[in-house]
Amino acid sequence: MNSGLGDAADIFGILVSVIIVAAMLIWVERRLLAVWQDRLGPNRVGTFGLMQVVADMIKMFFKEDWIPPFSDKLVFVLAPTIVFITMLTGFAVIPFAPGVGIIDFNFGLLYFLALSSLSVYSVVLAGYASNNKYSLLGALRAAAQTVSYEVFMGISIMGVVMLSGTFNLREIVEAQRSGWFIIPQFFGFLIFLVAIVAESRRAPLDLPEAEQELVAGFHTEYSGMKFGMFFVGEYLGITLSSAVIVTLFFGGWLGPWLPPLIWFCLKTAIGILFFILLRGALPRPRYDQLMTFGWKVLLPAGLLNLLVTGAVLLSLHG
Amino acid sequence: MESSAGVSVTAAAPPVVRELTERTGLHDFTIQPTVDGITTIWIPKQSLRGILRYLKSQAISPYALLFDLTAIDERLRSHRQGLPGSEFTVVYHLLSFDRNEDIRIKIALFETSLLLPTISDIWSSANWYEREVWDMFGIVFEGHPHLRRIIMPPTWQGHPLRKDHYARATEMEPYSLPDERQEIEQDALRFVPEDWGMRRQNEDSSFMFLNMGPNHPSVHGAFRIALQLDGEEIIDALPDIGYHHRGAEKMGERQSWHTYIPYTDRIDYLGGSMNNLPYVLAVEQLAGIQVPERAQVIRVMISEFYRLASHLLFYGTYAQDVGQMSPIFYMFIDREKVFDIMESISGARMHSSYFRIGGVAMDLPKGWEKSIREFINYLPARLDHYDKLVMRNSILKRRTQGVGAYNTGEAMDWSATGANLRATGFAWDYRKARPYSGYENYEFEIPTGKRGDCYDRCAVRIEEMRQSIRIIKQCLENMPEGPYKACHPLTTPPPKARTLHDIETLIQHFLNSSWGPVIPPGESCVTIEATKGLNAYYLTSDGGTMSYRTRIRTPSFPHLQMIPLMSRGMMVADLIAVLASIDFVMADVDR
Repeated sequence: MNSGLGDAADIFGILVSVIIVAAMLIWVERRLLAVWQDRLGPNRVGTFGLMQVVADMIKMFFKEDWIPPFSDKLVFVLAPTIVFITMLTGFAVIPFAPGVGIIDFNFGLLYFLALSSLSVYSVVLAGYASNNKYSLLGALRAAAQTVSYEVFMGISIMGVVMLSGTFNLREIVEAQRSGWFIIPQFFGFLIFLVAIVAESRRAPLDLPEAEQELVAGFHTEYSGMKFGMFFVGEYLGITLSSAVIVTLFFGGWLGPWLPPLIWFCLKTAIGILFFILLRGALPRPRYDQLMTFGWKVLLPAGLLNLLVTGAVLLSLHG
Repeated sequence: MESSAGVSVTAAAPPVVRELTERTGLHDFTIQPTVDGITTIWIPKQSLRGILRYLKSQAISPYALLFDLTAIDERLRSHRQGLPGSEFTVVYHLLSFDRNEDIRIKIALFETSLLLPTISDIWSSANWYEREVWDMFGIVFEGHPHLRRIIMPPTWQGHPLRKDHYARATEMEPYSLPDERQEIEQDALRFVPEDWGMRRQNEDSSFMFLNMGPNHPSVHGAFRIALQLDGEEIIDALPDIGYHHRGAEKMGERQSWHTYIPYTDRIDYLGGSMNNLPYVLAVEQLAGIQVPERAQVIRVMISEFYRLASHLLFYGTYAQDVGQMSPIFYMFIDREKVFDIMESISGARMHSSYFRIGGVAMDLPKGWEKSIREFINYLPARLDHYDKLVMRNSILKRRTQGVGAYNTGEAMDWSATGANLRATGFAWDYRKARPYSGYENYEFEIPTGKRGDCYDRCAVRIEEMRQSIRIIKQCLENMPEGPYKACHPLTTPPPKARTLHDIETLIQHFLNSSWGPVIPPGESCVTIEATKGLNAYYLTSDGGTMSYRTRIRTPSFPHLQMIPLMSRGMMVADLIAVLASIDFVMADVDR
C-alpha cells in the first residue's frame, strides 16, 4: 500500500467541491433536460436560475422531518446516509490529477467496486424500513438489479486490469499514455457503461424508482433532508461513475495543452452530460427484460471480452 | 306486459322484428316509433334473455356489441302516448356490425318489483352496466356476480337518477364530516379480497394486495385498481371507478337544452368540442333542425382538431408511461398549436363549447385558413419524427408488443369500440359506416392493427392522426359559403338579424335565450366516433325546456372494465403499459 497523498486541505477541498458539483447537477440536469425538451427549466431564482439549488436546499432543510409511524425508525433514518457516505468515500481513490487526490491505493479499483455494492444497502434498507408496498417492490427490484449488474461491472473492467496490470487507478491512468483503453476495451466499455447505469439506478434503468409504476419506489415515504440525501447521493453517484469511466477508459487526466486537472474535470463533465442525455432519450425496460439482458447478453459478452483480451495479451507478450 | 296491447306483426315491422317473431316465437311486444330510426321494441321480461342470446350468438347476422345498457325513471313522464305502462324502463341498446344497424330493447318494470335477470353471462361488458343501473336506479339484476355500487360511494343512500332523489346541494342538509363518519367512509373504501372472491394465498405463496390509486402517477386521474400480486406478477386486478363522478347525467335533467352544452365538453375533457357534437346532433334530431352545410364542415374540422389534440396527449403519455421522458413535451407543443387555432376560432382552448343547437356559436374569423394551413403542413413531419423517436425504439417495442392483447371477439364481447377495437384488425369506423355531419363527403382511410396489443393500439391512433390531417385539409379546401347557423325557431341562440324586424321572432329569441328552447317530446340517440371510441347521447324529451333523461354512453367505461382481462399474468410494469394504451380519462368513465 502506498502512502496517501492528500493533506487536510486537499481532502477538504475535494469534499467540498464534490458536494457542490453534485448539488449544482440538480440545476444542470433540469436545465439541460429542458433545453432538449424545448422547455425553459428553472430560470427564475438568481442568474439563469442558478440559485434554484439554494432555494431547494432551504426548502428541504425547513421541511417537517417526518418519519412514518409504521416504519422501522432507526433503519429508516440510517438508510439515506449510507448512499451519501459510500458515494463520498468513493471519491477518495479517484486520481484527479498527478498529486491531486486523497489516497493512492493499490486496490483502488476494488475499493470502488466494494463501495458501489455497499450503496445498494441504502436502497434495500430504505425500501424495507418504509414498510410500504411500493417501497418494498422498489427494494426488491434494486436488490436483484444491483447484485446482478455488479457481476457484469466487475467482469467488464477486468480487461482494463489485464492491460494495465494493476488495480491502482493512478497506474491505470499512466498505462494509457500510449492510448486510451476505450479502443482496445471497447466492448468492455459498453458493458461497463450499461452496468454502471444500472448500478447507479439512473433512468432508463431506474427500475427501483420507476415513477410511473412504483410512485417513487424505495423512497416513496421519504421527505425533507432524508429525501435530499438520496437525491444528492444519486448525483454524487453520477459524478463518481463518470470519474471512474474517465479514469478507466478515457485516459484520466491525460491530454495535451491544458493542465491535467482541467482535462479530468472536462472529461468527467462530458460523462455526466451523457448520463443526463440518456435519461432524456430512452424508455425504461421491464424488470425481467433487464435481468434477462444482463445474464444472457452482458455476462457472455463480458466473459468473451476477457477471453479475447487474454488471448491477445498472451500472443503479444507470451 | 299486461298493459300493452301487442301489435300484430305487419309487413311494416322492421325486418329484425319479423325475424325475432319467426325464430324466437316472440309475440307479445310493442314497437315504439322514434325519431332516430333505431328499431325500438318493448318486450316482456321473461323473453329478455332468450332474445338477447339469439341476437348475440344465434342470429345469422348477430348483434355483437352491447352498445349500452341503461334505464329511465318514467314516473314523471307525461308524453308517453302509445307506450306500454312502465315506471322504470330498462333499455338494452345493441349494435350489429354485419347489418350496420342498431336495436333498442326495452323492458317495463314497476316499483313493486324491480327485478330483471342478469345478462352478464351473455355479454361480459354487461357486468358494469348492470351495476351502474342498480347503483343509479335500484333495479336488481338476479344472478349478477357482484351487484354492488360502482359509481356512488358504498355508503350512499338512495339511487341518484331516480326522479325523487334530490338533484342539488340546496335540497339537502349542509355537508359535514365528523370523525366517526369519516371512519365509516374510510372503512367502506377498504378493499377486502374475499368480497370479490379473491384468495389471500395459494399452496405456494401468499399474495400481496396493492392499492394502485386513487392517486397514482399512471392512472390518469382518480382511479383505483386493487391488484392481487404474486411477487410482481399480477394474479388478478379489480378496477374501482367512481372517484371522478360529477353527476353529469343528473345535471342534464335540470339544465336547459342549451346551457347543458358546456357540461358535455367536460365529459371527455381531452375531446373538447367534439363532445358537443353527439349532444347537439341528438337535440337537432328531436327538434327537426337541418344544419347548414358550412356549419357541418366547421363542426367536422373542429372535431378532427380535437381528435388530434387528444391523440397527441395520448401519444405523449403513452411514451411517458413506459418510461420515455421527452416525447410528451414535444407533443404538448404540437397540442398547444391546436389549442392556439381553437382559441382563434372559438375564443377558448380546451373546452371551447363551440357548437350550438342548429350550428356553431359564431362564424370563422377572418384569415382562419392561414394558421390551419401552417399547422397541417407542420404536423406530418413531426409525426414522422416521433415514429423514429418512439415507435421504432426497440425498448419500447419490447415493452408493448404482445402485451395486453385481445382479439376481435373479446373486444366485441367487452364492448370495446374505436381504436381499441380497430387495433384487433377489425376495420369499422362509425364515420364510414354511418356518416354523420357530412363525413360521407371526405376521403380518409380506416387504420387497423393486427395483434390488438398495446403497440397496435398506439399505432392505430398515430395513423388516425394522419387521417385527421387529411380530413382537415379537405375542410380547408372545400369550406362552403353560407350561414353558420340554421334558420329554425329552435336554433339557440337564433340568428339575430330578423329579430329587429318582427315581434314574433323577437319573442322566440327572447324565450330561447331566457328559458331555453322547448324541444318536442321524443327519444333520440346519436353516436359519433369520438376520440376514444363510440360516444353517444341518448336524450329523452318530455316536451320541456330541459331534458327528461340524458344518457351519456362513453367509450372509456367499458374499456376500463377490460383491465383484468388484459393484465392477468402480466407484470406491474405491463399493467402501466396497458393503462397507457387504453386511452381513457376518468371524467369519460364516471361522467
